[in-house]
Amino acid sequence: MRPPLQRYRNILDFALSSLLRRKGRNLALISVYTLVVFVIASLVFFVQALKREAHELLAQAPDMVVQRMVAGRHDPVPLAQVEAIRNIRGVDEVQARLWGYYYDPVFGGNLTVLATEDAALAPDAIWIGQGVARSMRVKEGDLIPLRGYDGQSNLFSIQKVLPESSELVSSDLVLMAPKDVRALFHFPEGLATDLAIQAGNPRELPTIAAKIVELYPDSRPILKTEILRTYEAVFDWRGGLMVVVLGSAVLSFIIFAWDKATGLSAEERKEIGVLKSLGWESSDVLLLKFWEGTVISVTAFLTGVLLAYAHVFFFSASLFEHALKGWSVLFPRFRLIPALDGYQLTVLFFLTVLPYTAATLVPSWRAATVDPDAAMRS
Amino acid sequence: MIELSQVVKTYQAGLATPFTAVDRVTLSIPAARLTVFKGPSGSGKTTLLTLIGCMARPTSGRIHLHGLAADALPHLAPAEALEITSLPERFLTAIRRRTFGFIFQQFNLVRGISVLENVLLPTYPTGEDPRAVEARAVARLESLGLARHLRSSVDRLSGGEAQRVAIARALINDPAVIIADEPTAHLDSRLSEDFMGLMSEFKDAGKTLLITSHDPIVYDSELADLVVEMRDGRVVSET
Repeated sequence: MRPPLQRYRNILDFALSSLLRRKGRNLALISVYTLVVFVIASLVFFVQALKREAHELLAQAPDMVVQRMVAGRHDPVPLAQVEAIRNIRGVDEVQARLWGYYYDPVFGGNLTVLATEDAALAPDAIWIGQGVARSMRVKEGDLIPLRGYDGQSNLFSIQKVLPESSELVSSDLVLMAPKDVRALFHFPEGLATDLAIQAGNPRELPTIAAKIVELYPDSRPILKTEILRTYEAVFDWRGGLMVVVLGSAVLSFIIFAWDKATGLSAEERKEIGVLKSLGWESSDVLLLKFWEGTVISVTAFLTGVLLAYAHVFFFSASLFEHALKGWSVLFPRFRLIPALDGYQLTVLFFLTVLPYTAATLVPSWRAATVDPDAAMRS
Repeated sequence: MIELSQVVKTYQAGLATPFTAVDRVTLSIPAARLTVFKGPSGSGKTTLLTLIGCMARPTSGRIHLHGLAADALPHLAPAEALEITSLPERFLTAIRRRTFGFIFQQFNLVRGISVLENVLLPTYPTGEDPRAVEARAVARLESLGLARHLRSSVDRLSGGEAQRVAIARALINDPAVIIADEPTAHLDSRLSEDFMGLMSEFKDAGKTLLITSHDPIVYDSELADLVVEMRDGRVVSET
């Protein structure tokens, strides 16, 4: 009875020594393999982190937003509706929101201008998001001119730059007093952009929405769950788009790996014959090839995943931001909260490590199961 | 004793161009003696040794090992005869590992690893204590004058040194039978004489030696107890 653990260890040692003998080939293989794992893992981590971030931020969003539609387009809502909706059973709070988009021709980006009744906001002052501050190269205390509806410049002093933690949704935001919003856009008194509604019991929201539509047939209630679903769809779509673009790279790797892994060189075949003639069983040879494949694939997998983790959570996925993060020219710059999803790592592991390991075993099995003298003569 | 009875080995049997390398060989090879197989290239010497050494199976015929495979298959009584041609691969491997030591014509050392690692290769699947095995390998290499090359890569060895590494590797599991295929083909006369000196030591130690050669230094040697001449796959004489 031979000690099986020592046998495993001996063959693993020899597998490592064999890998070192073919340094050039194996390093090239590990590099390409790592790159593929890195790209896919970055994508998976990033899309997941964005979804989680969006979920957390939208947790504070209103339960429902009510818009008014005219000829199929979004139109301002009369403030008279606020009171009527507040009287619907189950509605806790109704807030008329005033907001719009401002196009800045200097840096070619759209800003989201939102009215706030926050008492901390000084007269003629604004609060801006990090993206706005970066793009306009301004800081707290600076003055910036915004062109009004009539072409006249309106000067605002920057009272505050919003914190980085909210940048995913506040990057392009400009907060100002309601009177300034109305003056800038010539927005009529008595109208709001939409209504934000909070309900005590989220399960009553569909009923409340139905009552609002009954009361105001030209209104369009949008539930928070629908917004969340839209975010998920957008990030999934962006992620999916990247996967398609990366598909060709992944395919190239598979062809490369298949070629490297399945093509046993004449020297390797002869070596297998020598090992068998020296008393190695077919299962010993397969174990050797299994260790070789496992060392390569696990090294590439771990390196790729670690690099992807650093790329996404420490360098804010700088390679993908243009494809995945942004809208307009204002890319939010924010640091995602590091987190790993065991399920996704497992799927990634099975998709990258298992096919390669299997690919190495098939030709080795063929070579290992022939008579040793045949392997030596081949 | 190794006993062969009507052994045939045909390659590509059943195809359009079958080739019979060994043709109805019946032979008794004594234990603890040196047997030389001589004959021209293609006469079937090497193929016959691969059949005896469990590296391939004959197309037909029987090969019996008498009292030689006790280490490999412990359930056998030492003197019991073992018919090897019908054994499953696992048993053939065990016999190959424990009973036979091979010295190949091209040495077949694994390139890129050290002399010591090459010698240890046959022991890896046995799972023996690595320290004990290494001590055995080092002692064997020292006895063959290779102490200073222990950690050297085999790629840097001369032909004579490479052959001695191959001999050390063949002996690492202390086999009862040593099979050497054209061992002096790449050696000059002095090294060939040295090789025969080593064979003399192994014979004195009770090893059964099977050597193929068409070198007179080998088949005319006084050490040879039996010289089997082969031609076209058949035994033409035994002296």
